[in-house]
Amino acid sequence: MTPLLQVKSLTKRYGPRIGCADVSFDLYPGEVMGIVGESGSGKSTLLGCLAGHMSPDEGQVIFDTATGPRDTLRMTEPERRMLSRTDWAYVHQNPRDGLRMGVSAGGNVGERLMAVGNRHYGRIRETATDWLGRVEIAADRIDDRPSAFSGGMQQRLQIARNLVTGPRLVFMDEPTGGLDVSVQARLLDLLRGLVREMGLSAIIVTHDLAVVRLLADRLMVMKSGHVIEAGLTDQVLDDPQHGYTQLLVSSVLQV
Amino acid sequence: MITVENLCKSFTLHNQGGTVIPVMEGAALHVAPGECLGLVGASGAGKSTLMRMIYGNYLAGSGRIIVGDLDVARAQPREIIALRRRTLGYVSQFLRVVPRVPTLDVVAEPLLALGVDGGAARERAAGLLSRLNIPERLWALSPTTFSGGEQQRVNIARGFAHDYPALLLDEPTASLDAANRETVLRLIEEAKGRGAAILGIFHDEGARGRVCDRLVDVTGFTPARVA
Repeated sequence: MTPLLQVKSLTKRYGPRIGCADVSFDLYPGEVMGIVGESGSGKSTLLGCLAGHMSPDEGQVIFDTATGPRDTLRMTEPERRMLSRTDWAYVHQNPRDGLRMGVSAGGNVGERLMAVGNRHYGRIRETATDWLGRVEIAADRIDDRPSAFSGGMQQRLQIARNLVTGPRLVFMDEPTGGLDVSVQARLLDLLRGLVREMGLSAIIVTHDLAVVRLLADRLMVMKSGHVIEAGLTDQVLDDPQHGYTQLLVSSVLQV
Repeated sequence: MITVENLCKSFTLHNQGGTVIPVMEGAALHVAPGECLGLVGASGAGKSTLMRMIYGNYLAGSGRIIVGDLDVARAQPREIIALRRRTLGYVSQFLRVVPRVPTLDVVAEPLLALGVDGGAARERAAGLLSRLNIPERLWALSPTTFSGGEQQRVNIARGFAHDYPALLLDEPTASLDAANRETVLRLIEEAKGRGAAILGIFHDEGARGRVCDRLVDVTGFTPARVA
């Protein structure tokens, strides 16, 4: 099996400071990988470099495209933009960064369909309605703007907007951050179902160890820009090898 | 089906002065298809630790853990994930689920993950929940609010939803009443009957005597320092 994504020695510096250093891993189809670490550990920098939002200084991000594996860092800008509309998706922590707040819910979902060439209004609306249903947003809210939605609904709308074009790889930056726990649980269940049904691969950045335990198959732990430990999620959490991971795991408050 | 050879393990507590605690040395066992092997030994002797290493939940220090044709001690995460999905089941003492997911779906999930059609998976889940006396009115609720015994039975139903060729059972009959204990023992006997290799921890001697073909005392694998 070919990895969907091969990351090789990815390094990003901010002047003399290290954003992330020498990160390498393979992600296979259907795998969900979590990246944890405290703020400033470089996990968001890494995600940004992987998703093409930032340009790393060194390394390769090789994606298995329809025409074979290609280093996305060496693609032209239009090629990369096409990739981010089709095979890739990016779920922001704050739904306001991933949605167009002045456009209706249906428009937010439909826009991504139009960006890949759909033009039939009736079919676009039908698909948008179907997706709102899948993320548990009532069909009669299709013409409302996201600004009239609760935080949890906005996040679900952002997920619908991202998944409607059937991506193969989803980047998520703290997807459940900022939501209250009951809404978080519902979103986790939704994401798990979608990952399973669509065979998605995902990379999820979070500082919430409970979230990665439930969502991620594999886990990478970052500290000061370096990956200090990686492995099967439950193994890293239950039998952490590195001192920092041990500290991280033992610092979680028990409910 | 399950073979453990010369398995060693120690824990290093980096934040407590780098203390190294050796917990297992030279562990070895073999479980054939259709056989149930019981792990015995005093509390703290390492029964659950050994079981967790076989499941890949604890990292092996050295040695080999062969399940099917995979060496868990050296396998990549994705290989262990595939092994757990198809081959190796584990009923732990604790139920860990996404909050708000209905009990029926919690039990059906291992089958859904294998690509079994939703209807068939839920039918199988319903059958197991009925056998384990979980009232139907609870199926639509999340098991997080259930009593300890009910959660344990949901956990067992989930562990038996797919016919795994190899099964790890950590005190499956603990906190169960006589009728449910009987059901669980029957499930184990049925699994043996279809050729599953089972490794179990049973504090309940009656249960152990009934389903275990052989016993292995893990005290023999405890390093001298802590014994």
